[in-house]
Amino acid sequence: MSTTTVPPATRPIPIRGSGLEPRGGGWFVRIAVLVIVILWLIPSLGVLITSFRPESLVDSTGWWTALLHPFRATEWTLENYRQALDAGGLGNAFLNSLAVAIPATVIPIAIAAFAAYAFSWMEFRGRYLMFIGVVALLVVPLQMALIPILRLYNHGAVIGGYYVFPDLDLVGTFLGIWLAHTGFGLPLAVYLLRNYIGSLPSSIVESAKIDGADHFTIFWRLIIPLSVPALAAFAIFQFLWVWNDLLVAYVFLGGTRQNRVLTIALANLVGGRGENWQLLTAAAFISMSLPLLVFFALQKYFVRGLTAGAVKG
Amino acid sequence: MIPLLRLAGALLIPILAFFVLWATFDFLRDAEANRLLVVGVAILVGVGGVFFLYWGMDRVVSLLPERYREGVRPYIFVGPALVILAVFLIYPVINTILTSLKDAQGESFVGLDNFKFVFTDESMLRAIRNTFGWIVIVPLFGVAIGLAFATLADRLHRGEALAKSMIFLPMAISFAGASITWKLIYDFRPAAFGSNIGLLNGIMLGLGQEPVRWLDIHPWNNLFLMVIMVWMQTGFAMVVLSAAIKAIPDEILEAARIDGASELQVFRRIIVPSILPTIAVVTTYMVINAMKVFDIVFVMGSPETRGTEVIAERMIDWFFINNHDGRGAAIAVILFIAIVPVMIVNIRRFREEEMIR
Repeated sequence: MSTTTVPPATRPIPIRGSGLEPRGGGWFVRIAVLVIVILWLIPSLGVLITSFRPESLVDSTGWWTALLHPFRATEWTLENYRQALDAGGLGNAFLNSLAVAIPATVIPIAIAAFAAYAFSWMEFRGRYLMFIGVVALLVVPLQMALIPILRLYNHGAVIGGYYVFPDLDLVGTFLGIWLAHTGFGLPLAVYLLRNYIGSLPSSIVESAKIDGADHFTIFWRLIIPLSVPALAAFAIFQFLWVWNDLLVAYVFLGGTRQNRVLTIALANLVGGRGENWQLLTAAAFISMSLPLLVFFALQKYFVRGLTAGAVKG
Repeated sequence: MIPLLRLAGALLIPILAFFVLWATFDFLRDAEANRLLVVGVAILVGVGGVFFLYWGMDRVVSLLPERYREGVRPYIFVGPALVILAVFLIYPVINTILTSLKDAQGESFVGLDNFKFVFTDESMLRAIRNTFGWIVIVPLFGVAIGLAFATLADRLHRGEALAKSMIFLPMAISFAGASITWKLIYDFRPAAFGSNIGLLNGIMLGLGQEPVRWLDIHPWNNLFLMVIMVWMQTGFAMVVLSAAIKAIPDEILEAARIDGASELQVFRRIIVPSILPTIAVVTTYMVINAMKVFDIVFVMGSPETRGTEVIAERMIDWFFINNHDGRGAAIAVILFIAIVPVMIVNIRRFREEEMIR
């Protein structure tokens, strides 16, 4: 731990546009950026437009034709959103998604932050090996873990007639899915947070120790406030992942109307209603709304925090 | 005495806390309460519970005789993470390796039969070939477009944040949502079944061509599916690379420009070499993701008839649809082994970074 390491968060970002302007920029740059942005927006635009068009039109004409007469009232409707929320039972699913996603974001971050602190600033045997082990687990494919864990949840684990893991009947509970998401998200969380927390200046920790603070206080009062960018970056990442996850939710929470999350409700709409594009697209936008809100709200942390450990300038 | 205490600290207390949580949930499940209330309580218990767990453990450690205290405390901090990883990742890996040597029901051992199947089955071989295509093409295009866009957007005077957000937008879309999105692009209807509402076929018709069944032309349909993943993940590459580019000191760039370097030379000789470590991180991450790709192929439909199988999708197919645990597990093991080289590179890179620190 060198004392000269500067925390990336405090490194000033160079301000552009002061001295020489890059040559050859101008129109070429603007047009190139615009072309890529438009290409990237087209698919989402199709969904957005379709979600506001009446059923009869959606099925008979391409969504792009709506752009030809954007001010004709018969081209647009809000009916799809009403129906999707009502008939699709999306309101309930939205609540369930919240109940899954918020703790499944907070729990792994908390656990990973404690572990990352210990790996960076505490002395104990096997510290390096344990950390390498955690990083190695980054590569376990999630799908590989589903079946064994499902069995564990349903029947427990028995070795030689004794339960080593009790039969807890966790399938269909929020706790079961939180723990699963925590397990799957933990390696990346520990890796990223360890990179960040480990790069904080050791003088801060040392002086706090001299002042008589114990590890818990240092962690809670110093490290956590200093690590907000990294914590927020991982929070966005994990939240997007959990919110958009279909597989884990389907396996551990199930598709019953009471329990299902948004992605499952959405998948059911796809399966159950054939090609009801107008409902599907409205539902897709409802499910996208919260992640987009979270992303735009925390965007500035995302860039700073995620790259703090990886980028050495 | 000390090892025993450490063990107790690392294992017993998290387990105790877990049972308190579990009991709360058992109660919640039975309660026929209002959904909003249940959800509210669940969030409170989940978020509060984890902080209470660490606080409680720390209190307990503080009660220990002074000479044991600092020896036990680190294990309190890392203990819960290790317990969860052991249950949710290490145990499944061992379990899957064992299952891969067993029959369909996972009861009796069949030796290497499942692996023999994996490397002879036609559909499986196609899946291996396709996955190879995914791990080459998706990171290549994702990183290339992400890098190009990050470099270009960096030169905009206004609207840089907005432009970047637009590229990042697809990251917020679930795979289920993305499949709907892209069906509106690739959709095909034969002439007798109404007009085509897919954009690509709309363009084909506009050009006076016949509509095309995009997702049925093998092997190009693989490429069309990869486009979806590139669309979703370029934003991630772009955001991370853009931050790296901004961290390059301005003086270096300006010095090069004053010396008469063209913009292309600045890009190739200064920008790319400076952010090479970041490019490596992003590429690794995208390779692992491409290797595990499942949802896109699965949700876009009928991979077996279209020849768009990938390894992870085969695994789910054998586990859940054909109910052959042994074969599913064997495919999982193959996937795991395939990812090991990536893991080794990762660890080596990490050790190098440690040296620099």
